Amino acid sequence: MYYDKLIFEISNSGRKGYSLPDFGISNYEIPKDLLRKEEAILPEVSELEAVRHYTNVSFKNFGIEKGFYPLGSCTMKYNPKINEDISSMPGFNLHPYQPISTIQGSLEIYYETQRILSELSGLHTFSLNPYAGAHGELVGLMIMQKYHQDREDFKRTKVIVPDSAHGTNPASAVVAGFESIEVKSNPDGTVNVESLKELLSDEVAGIMLTNPNTAGIFEKEICEIAELVHDAGGLLYYDGANLNPILGVVRPGDMGFDIMHINLHKTFSTPHGGGGPGSGPVGVVEHLVKYLPTPVVKKVNNEYIIEDENDTAIGQISHFYGNYGVVIKAYTYLLSIGKENFANVGKHSVLNANYIKESLKDLYLLPIKGVCKHEFVFDGLIDKSNHVTTLDVAKRLLDYDVHPPTIYFPLTVKEALMIEPTETESKVAIDSFIEVMRKVAIEAKEDPDLVKGAPYNTVVKRLDEAQAARKPIVKYRDLLT
Amino acid sequence: MSKIVEGLYYTNTHEWVKVQDGFAYIGITDYAQESLGEIVFVELPEEESSLEAGEELGAIESVKAASDILSPVTGIIVEVNDELEDSPELLNEDPYENWIVKIDLESKSELHKLLNSTEYKEICE
Repeated sequence: MYYDKLIFEISNSGRKGYSLPDFGISNYEIPKDLLRKEEAILPEVSELEAVRHYTNVSFKNFGIEKGFYPLGSCTMKYNPKINEDISSMPGFNLHPYQPISTIQGSLEIYYETQRILSELSGLHTFSLNPYAGAHGELVGLMIMQKYHQDREDFKRTKVIVPDSAHGTNPASAVVAGFESIEVKSNPDGTVNVESLKELLSDEVAGIMLTNPNTAGIFEKEICEIAELVHDAGGLLYYDGANLNPILGVVRPGDMGFDIMHINLHKTFSTPHGGGGPGSGPVGVVEHLVKYLPTPVVKKVNNEYIIEDENDTAIGQISHFYGNYGVVIKAYTYLLSIGKENFANVGKHSVLNANYIKESLKDLYLLPIKGVCKHEFVFDGLIDKSNHVTTLDVAKRLLDYDVHPPTIYFPLTVKEALMIEPTETESKVAIDSFIEVMRKVAIEAKEDPDLVKGAPYNTVVKRLDEAQAARKPIVKYRDLLT
Repeated sequence: MSKIVEGLYYTNTHEWVKVQDGFAYIGITDYAQESLGEIVFVELPEEESSLEAGEELGAIESVKAASDILSPVTGIIVEVNDELEDSPELLNEDPYENWIVKIDLESKSELHKLLNSTEYKEICE
């Protein structure tokens, strides 16, 4: 059903969706400068109208609960409802200044989540305070900086980032006060060890890597890379964006990483994107634990305590303890899957990705052959004679109720179409995605204009993205003029 | 096939340099604008700032990606083309006509390190 009204457009003067008791206070005074000069513009609707409006608006939304969502590098796995049930239990409705003795259970969850993340990743201790992935990166880099400064090594101003890295890596490095320098990739997307050797010096503070990398390829030379960086006096930072495929199989700590962040909202099934908030716990090896941000939750003699400040930490980087509600959801997921099943999460995500890759590589160009991990990148259609681009394919997928994969990223692949199915999809769902992708490739060959004009079944058709970016209309009132 | 203008200097990162009246004008090539797609924003440097060859002089944002513009030469920026602030699409429409910055060159000898149109053509193929 087509619905495109704003709530202001269904507003009727004087209509109310509430009934309040009489205002019983007569003797009050509000300073004049604090009084409104004009009435607030608020929509006036009945309760039913409001409910209908937002229900209709919600139908326009696309989420994992509506359809297949293979957005590469985002790990759009299903978020089980039990996570929501547990986190909304009344016992978790806390105040941050409550006496410690009254929140021992909540602190236990917090502490246990830290401990399980350590066990899964091989890093000694975690802080759950950072709010999201990029925040975790910043915190991790601040720890890296403090480590070098404490050794009175002030020359280390550079951080190495691969050319295929997520854009947040070089951005976080710069925000933390480093200069970001780029290391070239091999044709298969892995780090070129020779170019890395050339970049290493006593000015390098560390390197930021994802493993598997952005192309979904495992860095097989990671141990050599770790040794080279450590020998040059630098630290290794692990971006947890691609942690999902290696869960329970191999651990960043064992590969030689010193600092990492985990996206609870990717790997540990908490809501994501518009449905967040996120959470980006940071873990470190033993000799860096003293730098973790405050407050720190600790277990002493079977009692949980909060250490508000200490002299060695980088400081406080969040209000209180970060997004605690997200931690409860992730903890629920950790216990639901259970230690004995975690290796299946990674393995199934890898199997699903490889199955899709092999089923489509006769129609879509696969620049990096071989076994991938949780995701892989096509370089558009093989048959480019009709000039149907990756953008056209992505738009056409919308007509088949599929969320498009990530497009034009990584930048190292020109017509990049990056697919990550995750482990939570059944073979039936994956087969129907493959069927749709094959159909679009055939349409591109037989009726290219159909694909170039897509989408047709959506609320709005092909948008002028350039115009939307150059002259955005972001306010309701601007739309009226 | 994207357009390459003879008589300009080029870089392998797809910038061009035109020397006129002793100044160097810098822009991006047709190949660059074509690969980027529709350009939505150009971040320009400050006038009178100095640049080293290879240093980032600004950035271009398109519907697909954001990319740095690297300065092919060393010198001082004497003028920026602020028309691009309101009309970034000019770089799509005519990339060789719409320069981004005008630079007072430190030394003309640097230009010989750059590519000529034939050498640049080979890179684009």
